[in-house]
Amino acid sequence: MPSNAFLLEERIPAGCHHALLLKRGYALRLTDLSGDGNVGLLAFNADERSERYNMADTLKAQHTHKLALGNVLYSDMGRPLLSIMGDSFGWHDTICGTTNAAMIEATYGLNDFQLARNGYYRNGRDGFLMELGRWGLGRRDLVPNANFFSTVTVDDEGNIALSEASYQPGAWVELRAELNVLVILSTAPHPLREGPAYPEGEIEAGVFWAGEVPATDLCRTACGENQRGFENAEAWFALPDGGPKA
Amino acid sequence: MSTLLRQETIRAGDPFMARINAGQRVRLVDTEGNEAVDTFFFNAEDPRERYSAVDTVRRQRNVYLTTGTELVSNEDRTLLTIVDDTCGRHDTLGGACASESNTVRYAHDRKFMHSCRDNFLLALLNWNEDFSKRDLGPNINFFMNVPLSADGGLRFADGISGPGKYVELVAHMDVLILISNCPQLNNPCSGFNPTPVEFLLWDA
Repeated sequence: MPSNAFLLEERIPAGCHHALLLKRGYALRLTDLSGDGNVGLLAFNADERSERYNMADTLKAQHTHKLALGNVLYSDMGRPLLSIMGDSFGWHDTICGTTNAAMIEATYGLNDFQLARNGYYRNGRDGFLMELGRWGLGRRDLVPNANFFSTVTVDDEGNIALSEASYQPGAWVELRAELNVLVILSTAPHPLREGPAYPEGEIEAGVFWAGEVPATDLCRTACGENQRGFENAEAWFALPDGGPKA
Repeated sequence: MSTLLRQETIRAGDPFMARINAGQRVRLVDTEGNEAVDTFFFNAEDPRERYSAVDTVRRQRNVYLTTGTELVSNEDRTLLTIVDDTCGRHDTLGGACASESNTVRYAHDRKFMHSCRDNFLLALLNWNEDFSKRDLGPNINFFMNVPLSADGGLRFADGISGPGKYVELVAHMDVLILISNCPQLNNPCSGFNPTPVEFLLWDA
């Protein structure tokens, strides 16, 4: 997807929060310009915001703990919210959540607004809440997020580690909306990232029209589970008024 | 000398909810073996603070729960600690079964089977109608075996629990425990045969 074809484009500095409404059929291309970026993502059905990205349902439906090309991000209602239709990166984390103010201070030191003005070290929890609050949502809606451009491996004993494979300047991922989706982003560092230098790179977020999902679509045909998930998403739009809502 | 405050059998497929005060000790017994006990916690004084699977995993740098695991809230505080565990390993990434995810995972005609989400919502709404689905997040599955692989995979495997195995937790703050004794019949999480679970509570 050439960037000059974006209908909307934003550059999000490290640590900041951002949201957009991505209607069905539109896609969001995220690019980690510096290679040191992390994009925490929450997703909600914009037509019924109690429906939201569900880490556990996403993992068990697709027998994975990483997100990559061909995976979808499931809601808690059995429907894909976003499909990974393109991905240069290969392994996005789902199991580590985000940072809070104490974690950021412990890793990078105290650097608040009074000290650093807008160069202050922002954290993911507060950023998510600041953004959720703009859309009438709150603490109850801050569920485990996905972390794009961060790879977390698990060994045979269950120990987790942030992989050096996370550093890929120019890495990109394309997320296509399968419902009308409210996307909430935080570019705060991954919770397993080590200090002392707080990341400085930007994330490019571009929106483009992806079009109707063909029957042969990679995400849809990835497994029987996704076939049924896409059928559930189509049922959401089955009636002219957007019903049957179940 | 600790005093037994409460002992109850949670029948197969049933919901359960109770208050556990700071310092109290709870034991869940997998009486017949291979039962999945879907469990979630809230701060009893501020239910917006709740169990967080990802903060628990992130803090201990490990995806499995066992003796010594601190169950961490979404505010990064310890709700309870696992102090004894004769099973050895418990899941916190597989979540709870629901009508909706059953249609995805198995077949559209599984929609009307009983599920942990139904149990969770019923118990929460009976407890206090301020609760809603928005208050739920990925839970703990005691006695359930969900191995993750180095190549990024995750699967529901045969149980590693057995008759009489138990897990014990001590509360660090006043919490609400929410349980669904899992009715799932479509995968091996309950050995295709859901069975009763024993709940015991001591004052220390």
